[in-house]
Amino acid sequence: MNIESYEDAFNRVKEKKEGAFIPFIVAGDPDFQTSLQIVKTFVENGADALEIGFPFSDPVADGPTVQMADIRALESGMNTKKGFEFIKSLREFTDIPIGVLTYYNLIYKMGLDDFYKTAKESGVSAILAADLPPEEANYVVKAAKKHGIQQIFMAAQSTSNERLEKILEICSGFLYVVAVMGITGARNEIENSTVKLIQRIKDQSEIPIAVGFGISKPEHVKEVINAGADGAIVASAILNLITENLQNKEKMLQNIGSFCRELKNATKD
Amino acid sequence: MILDGKFGKYGGAFVPELLIPALEELEKAFLKYKDDEEFNKELKYYLREFAGRPTPLYYAKNLSEKLGCKIYLKREDLLHTGAHKINNTLGQGLLAKYMGKTRLIAETGAGQHGIATAVIGSLLQIPTEVYMGSEDVERQKLNVFRMELSGAKVNPVENGSRTLKDAINDAFRDWASSSDTTHYLIGSTMGPHPYPMMVKHFQRVIGKETKTQILKNEGKLPDVVIACVGGGSNSMGIFSGFIEDKEVELIGAEGGGEGLNGKHGSTISAGTEGILHGSLSFVLQNDDGQISEAHSISAGLDYPGVGPEHAFLSSKGRAKYYPVTNEEAIRGFKLLSEYEGIIPALESSHAIGMAEKYAKENKGKTIIINLSGRGDKDVDILAKLMGVKL
Repeated sequence: MNIESYEDAFNRVKEKKEGAFIPFIVAGDPDFQTSLQIVKTFVENGADALEIGFPFSDPVADGPTVQMADIRALESGMNTKKGFEFIKSLREFTDIPIGVLTYYNLIYKMGLDDFYKTAKESGVSAILAADLPPEEANYVVKAAKKHGIQQIFMAAQSTSNERLEKILEICSGFLYVVAVMGITGARNEIENSTVKLIQRIKDQSEIPIAVGFGISKPEHVKEVINAGADGAIVASAILNLITENLQNKEKMLQNIGSFCRELKNATKD
Repeated sequence: MILDGKFGKYGGAFVPELLIPALEELEKAFLKYKDDEEFNKELKYYLREFAGRPTPLYYAKNLSEKLGCKIYLKREDLLHTGAHKINNTLGQGLLAKYMGKTRLIAETGAGQHGIATAVIGSLLQIPTEVYMGSEDVERQKLNVFRMELSGAKVNPVENGSRTLKDAINDAFRDWASSSDTTHYLIGSTMGPHPYPMMVKHFQRVIGKETKTQILKNEGKLPDVVIACVGGGSNSMGIFSGFIEDKEVELIGAEGGGEGLNGKHGSTISAGTEGILHGSLSFVLQNDDGQISEAHSISAGLDYPGVGPEHAFLSSKGRAKYYPVTNEEAIRGFKLLSEYEGIIPALESSHAIGMAEKYAKENKGKTIIINLSGRGDKDVDILAKLMGVKL
């Protein structure tokens, strides 16, 4: 299978005058098989790329929704090794870019070289460690380059131009833009300052921008794409559909499927 | 940031990008005010008049005779709110005031740091909110009430294991969206840079006083300084006075819980390197890097991480860290109560338990124990263990 690069994926949607729809799930939430089916549902309903969380016991950058998903996944027996097996299973049915979102301790504990090597072998396209700012990322960026993995970083409205420059220097794949001040979680409105941040990045770089944190409705997706973002990442709002339908898998997948179609449609002009 | 916050390879600032500007602002302010005359004048005033510094270095005559060593106790237990915590909350509270912050948040396990923060919020009239695991809220109702009496709002944390580490996670989450107005007052020498450096700075006063006092009393340095280590602030405070004096042994007593084969909180003795709450240090974790729950009879030592400078001192062999079990700590608790009429906090009882073990092998030595807190808060637990109905 030929894995599509982020560059190609963002170009593919751009040619169609669309934005990229990037749904998120925690590997193993609520269990290995169900989360596989959920990702299949993502792909069948318009996902242009995927964000897969490797769960961590202390996800300080995430809100309660993602933390609950992390706990469900860990309780179902998910671990780093199984996380990579999960990615391998995804590669049996999709070649769109897959980003792994995790915390640095998981990478550090396994060993940087080992983690990135295994990631590459499993079909991972990019890695983002939520608690790894550029100052601490030297070794990680080296390991990523060595194994052909793209290293994604985050930028927020509070990020100064000076820092932004530093981040853009080492960030590859796409830049993860944090939409709201604070942690992940479904919210009602996209803040105006996010729009300004997107413009600020566009002035400095050509790197694709995907906006996440608090994108919970089709209107949010439309807003950030109209503001110039190349993609929208939706996490908590999807995880809520898992939480609400734990007793009824069929309904869970149905709801996620139709929600994804709505979100994907919102990326179209 | 101006400094990298590293102690050898340990420390650093492993936080989401969102928190970096807040840490940068804090670091800048700390570096500015730590040597500011007006700031230090005000801090010294409150340390003396409000907190009760300097604290005595008390020669424990009966205990010395019993254990065959010269034992001194640094009486941090005599401070307002009953522990060393207030040295740090005064320092950071004032810093917040100088920075123009209008709100304080803090995490707390059993409630000691929460109380010390609530009290400073009241003193400086800065609204204060304390994050506390809902499990701890339930176990420590009296402390919750004390915080509320001082005007603080206590936010029970329902996430994760609903204990200290989850309270820290939630406080960081709050700060990620509130740092414009809010100072996060971390209670120990842990967390991302600049916290380990800053909390040590505000706790150094323990080591400075102790050194002057022991030189006055004994005309020489002690053979050993013993302190308990949870996050590591009281120990870092007293150690800092002696780190340069290579002939002085430094010993940290970790929460040994049920022993290292059972549940415990001995992060350096039995943990491995990892990243938790913003810094690289030792943590209790499984093979995948998932953080384990710690256990100790004393809530203050019940934390799966430890300040990065302790990891550094341990790696250099400058300080040694040993687990002290619940049982050994209880012995220490009773020993000091019975021989000196001083009821120590269960945390500090670990240092006493450690001193008892040390004295057995090292007769005639001069030992300083940092008596970091008083034990009124723990008498319930002791009564229960001894089968006494109160």
